[in-house]
Amino acid sequence: MLYAVLCYNAEEVVTAWTKEEDDAVMARLDVVHQRLIDAGKMGPSARLMPTTAATTLHKSDGAVLDGPYAETKEQLLGLYIIDVADLEEGLAVARDLTKANPGGAYELRPLRLFLPGVLDQ
Amino acid sequence: MTDAAWIDAALTSARPQAIGALLRYFRDLDTAEEAFQNACLRALKNWPENGPPRDPAAWLIMVGRNAAIDDVRKRARQQALPDEAEISDLEDAETGLVERLDGEHYRDDVLRLLFICCHPDLPPTQQIALALRIVSGLSVRQIARAFLVGERAMEQRITRAKARIADAGVAFETPGPVERAERVAAVMAMVYLVFNEGYSIRADEAGARAPLCDEAIRLGRLLLRMFPAEPEIMGLLALMLLQHARAGARFDAEGQVVLLEDQDRALWDQRMIGEGLALIDKAMRHVRPGPYQVQAAIAAMHARAETAVDTEWPVIERLYASLEQLQPSPVITLNRAVAVAKVEGPEAALAMIDPLADRLDAYFHFHGARGWLLMQLGQPDAAREAFTRAIALANTAAEAAHIRQHLDRLERDAAVG
Repeated sequence: MLYAVLCYNAEEVVTAWTKEEDDAVMARLDVVHQRLIDAGKMGPSARLMPTTAATTLHKSDGAVLDGPYAETKEQLLGLYIIDVADLEEGLAVARDLTKANPGGAYELRPLRLFLPGVLDQ
Repeated sequence: MTDAAWIDAALTSARPQAIGALLRYFRDLDTAEEAFQNACLRALKNWPENGPPRDPAAWLIMVGRNAAIDDVRKRARQQALPDEAEISDLEDAETGLVERLDGEHYRDDVLRLLFICCHPDLPPTQQIALALRIVSGLSVRQIARAFLVGERAMEQRITRAKARIADAGVAFETPGPVERAERVAAVMAMVYLVFNEGYSIRADEAGARAPLCDEAIRLGRLLLRMFPAEPEIMGLLALMLLQHARAGARFDAEGQVVLLEDQDRALWDQRMIGEGLALIDKAMRHVRPGPYQVQAAIAAMHARAETAVDTEWPVIERLYASLEQLQPSPVITLNRAVAVAKVEGPEAALAMIDPLADRLDAYFHFHGARGWLLMQLGQPDAAREAFTRAIALANTAAEAAHIRQHLDRLERDAAVG
């Protein structure tokens, strides 16, 4: 069974970590990651940039707003990781996806770290 | 991460909101600071025992406010309020209450705090000292160290700033849109000043001053969260990230400044560059250019070039030209001239900066750049004169040392020739 593990924390606190604190957390996580890799259980994972780097496309009216998707009545139902040149190309992809599946919103958040993992399929 | 480190980070990040809310209750900066300090002390005792609260800022506001009111009541020999252990038991109910009280005020509270620090009656040096003390929560010792002044002098600077604000009276009403825009611009300028205090440094001071850059970036993020659709704030944050990304490459092993074109780009922080570029992308969509965005775009051109030779100088030259239009200043023209030298050659650049001689005669970089152009044009005597003038005007030993290298080269060339 494939699971997505979604990571939540207080952004103000995490972005206030010093580089040393951040590195220490990542080093501890890497130990866990390696265990999962060795067991062949690690899929792609990513650390996102802060919400200040996010842009949101509202699919119903096509409005593009700065910041993360902040509504609470919709739920997180999926995610894509795409490789594009810039935000404009990212928005173009999101608009294409909207044509196939209208309703809700797409938040585009650049990745700070991407680990491809070891799953084949 | 240890408990202590987690609590420390939580207290720091909750600080602007908590002090802002306490200031609204007490309408006095010292009382608000004291109440916050009190709440922090209780948090250090309470959180490791009872676990961290779900909303640290709300907890600190509640406990800080109660502690201050409690003080007043004790003095009036009345019954004390329940202590924070009980508040923690009732955490959800209390948090809900504080959220209702404060959620809608959050932005106004933090903004008011920033506006107070950027009060137009305060000179810039006092603005940044006050912001670092009150909003960022750096100790007087840390701030004094970063500004390379004694602790007592810094203490006095902050006390004077607070006295001035008390005299001027704190505006508690939300300013109208025009005044607010002006004051947000003042806050942005203050944040960038904090950044530059940390950035324009010598290697031996880098350790003490670097936290100012981190602080400025944190304040920039705070500001952008409050105004998520303001492209100039995106530009400011991007500019700081892109410049700070080069911090690890700016000095060599001997502590000498390494010029941008000579820096080892492998030492640039790609994570900060990535975030800076993403923010510029966001800002560009608004098509409302401003000085911070253009400066960030210039920094981005350097960040995108894999080697110094790959730098797209024609684009940088055009960006400086638009910066000149947005914010006319001889210093920007001088910077543009350096780009012109790369694109069209030293002659065109020299023609551009010669008319600036009157206004920039006391400016180190003017004479340094002029000497550099004259050297390329094969006029060693005039170049030597300009470099000598630059050394006399150098602000740091590193600046002087850099120019001396040029002079040495001229000497060598003369000896050979």
